[in-house]
Amino acid sequence: MTTLNTLAGTRSSSAVLAARARPPRPGTVTACLAFGRRTMLKIRRTPVQLFDIAVHPVVFTLMFTYLFGGAVGGSTGRYAGYVVPGILVMTLLVTTGTTGAALSLDIASGAFDRYRTLSIRPVAPLIGALIGDVVRYALASTVVVGLGFALGFRPHGNVLAVVGAVVLVVAFSVSLSWVWTALALLMRSPGSVLGVTQAVLYPLSLFSNIFIEPATLPGWLRAFVDVNPVTHLVTAVRELMGGATPGRQIGWILIACVVLTAVFAPLSVRLLRND
Amino acid sequence: MTGSSVLAVEAAGLTKRFGTTRAVDGIDLGVPAGSVYGFLGPNGAGKTTTIRMLATLLRPDAGTACVFGHDVVRDADAVRDRISVTGQYASLDEGLTARENLVLLGRLHGHSRAGAGSRAAELLDAFSLTEAADRQVKTYSGGMRRRLDIAGGLIVLPDLLFLDEPTTGLDPRSRNEVWSIVRALVADGATVLLTTQYLDEADQLADRIAVIDRGTLIAEGSSDQLKASVGGGALHVRLADPHDWATAERVLTRALRGSVTRDPDLGALTAQVPSDGPIGAEAARHALAELSRTGVAVTEFSLGQPSLDEVFLALTGRPASAADAPAADAPAADGPKSDGPGSDTPAADAPAADAPKETTA
Repeated sequence: MTTLNTLAGTRSSSAVLAARARPPRPGTVTACLAFGRRTMLKIRRTPVQLFDIAVHPVVFTLMFTYLFGGAVGGSTGRYAGYVVPGILVMTLLVTTGTTGAALSLDIASGAFDRYRTLSIRPVAPLIGALIGDVVRYALASTVVVGLGFALGFRPHGNVLAVVGAVVLVVAFSVSLSWVWTALALLMRSPGSVLGVTQAVLYPLSLFSNIFIEPATLPGWLRAFVDVNPVTHLVTAVRELMGGATPGRQIGWILIACVVLTAVFAPLSVRLLRND
Repeated sequence: MTGSSVLAVEAAGLTKRFGTTRAVDGIDLGVPAGSVYGFLGPNGAGKTTTIRMLATLLRPDAGTACVFGHDVVRDADAVRDRISVTGQYASLDEGLTARENLVLLGRLHGHSRAGAGSRAAELLDAFSLTEAADRQVKTYSGGMRRRLDIAGGLIVLPDLLFLDEPTTGLDPRSRNEVWSIVRALVADGATVLLTTQYLDEADQLADRIAVIDRGTLIAEGSSDQLKASVGGGALHVRLADPHDWATAERVLTRALRGSVTRDPDLGALTAQVPSDGPIGAEAARHALAELSRTGVAVTEFSLGQPSLDEVFLALTGRPASAADAPAADAPAADGPKSDGPGSDTPAADAPAADAPKETTA
C-alpha cells in the first residue's frame, strides 16, 4: 500500500492528482472505434461467445443437409447447393437475436452507466457493439460457406459474387440488429429480449424458402412465404451465389436495410438517452 | 456555510417517481464546491436515485438541478465534462482487464492512444494495481475493485466526483484507503458527493451531511450541527469509591443541569451534557472540577458525542440500522468515544467489516 499512501500523503504534488488540462472531447468516430475495440476484447476474453456462433452454423448445416437432403433435394450434395444460402441467412438472423440479448445484458451493467456519464455521442457504444456483431456475423458466414463447400456446395457465381452475397446478409443482419437494440433498451431483460427475438426469427426462418421450394406448399402458406422478407433475402443470396446478375430482390433488401436503420437507430439513441 | 462560495450542486424540488412510488420526493440541495458532502440514509431512501439524476443518468420528473451552474437535463454534456461517477451503479467492465478498462475510458475522455496508455499506467501504479493490471476485473477482490472504480473516475480529474457507497462491503483497511483518497482529492480542490449507509463514514469524511429518508431530505448540516440538534453528548465517569455515587450524582446534576443516570456496573455514572450551554468539553471539564472539589475521586472518564445513530433515531423515530434492510451488513452503532475531555480526536474506529478478502500484494 506504499504507493497509495504516497498518493494520499503527498496530495497535490502527486503526479496522479496534479491538475492538468482536459483533452478535447473525442470525435464520434474515435469513440465508436474505442467501443468496437472493447467488444473485440470481450469476444477474445470470453471465447464462449464464439462457441455460440461457431456451433450454430455447424449444427444447422449438418442437420438440415442430412435430415432433408435425401427427402427434399434427392441427394445431400445437390441439396447442399440449395440449402447453404438459406442456412447462411438463418444462422445470421438467429445470431442477431443473441446479440440483442447480449446488448441488453451489457446495458444493464454498471459499465454502461459510466459510459453514459461521459460527454460522447450516445450512439457510440451502440455502434461499438455493432462493430463486434459484424465480426461475429462474418465469422459465422465463413463457417457456413466453408462447411457448405465440404458438403458439396458449388456456387456458380465467382468469389466476388459469393462474398457479395455474404456482405448482403451481414448488412441485413446489422440493420435488423437495430430493431433488437431498440427492443433491448425497451425491455431491459436479456431473457425477454432473447424470447421475443427467437419467437420472431424461427417462424420467419422456417416459413420461408430456406429449406423447401415454396411451389410445394399449400396456397395459404405460400402466400405467407412469398411476402416473408426472409424469402426475399434468401432469393437474393441464391441469385448472387448462383452467378445471376443482381436483380430486384437485392434492391428490396437494400431498401429494407436503409428503412430498418433509419427507423430503429434513431429510436435506440432516443431510448438510451431518455432513461 | 453558504457564503460566497460557488455551489457544486444546486437542486430544487428534485423528484423522481417509479410507477406510483416517489423514490425522490422534492429534494432541495446546495453543495458547496471543494467539500465532501455526504448523503446518509438507509437502503432505498432515495440516495442513489438522487445521484443518478445529478449525474445525468436519470431524468427528473420534476424540479431542477444544476452542477456548477449547468442544468443536468438541458446542458447534460457540460455537466458530464465536470463530473465523474463511480460506485456500485456505474462501475467497470468485468470482462476486461483493469488496464483495458482504464485505456478505454482514457480514449473516451479524448486522450490519444499513447496518452490513454500512460494515464492508465499512472493510475494503476498510484492505486497499487500494477501487478493485477492485466487480470480481468471479475477476478478482483472488493477492495481492489473499488480502488479501480475510483481510479476510473480520475482519468481526467473531475471537479465533482460522485461516490456511491464507496466503502460498502470493504474491510477496515480498504475503507481507510478509500477515505484517504477522498481526502486527498478534496485537498486538491475537487468536490466529492458520496452516499453512505455508515454513520461513522459520514461523520469522519463529510463536511456536510444530508440525511435522506423515504425520498425526502429530513436534516442537513455538519456532523456537529446534526449532533447538537439532539443534544450535547454524554459524560461518563467511573468513581474510585462506588459509595460516592449519590454525592457524584448531585454534583453532576448541578454542574451540567442535565439528567444523570447510574450505569448498571458499580460506581459508574452517565450525565447528559446540555447542548445550549458551553461547548460539551468545557461543560464536562467544569463538572469534573466540581467533582474533584467535593472530594469525589474519579478513576476514569470519557466524553461522548451523540452518535449519528442517535441522530437518525431522533430524526426518524427509528434507528438507522433497523431501517436498513440487510441489517447484518451495517456496522454496530458506534458508542461514545473514550477520549479525554477536551480531546475530540476521532478514534480510528473503522466499522467491523464483513468481507476481509483483500488480496493485493
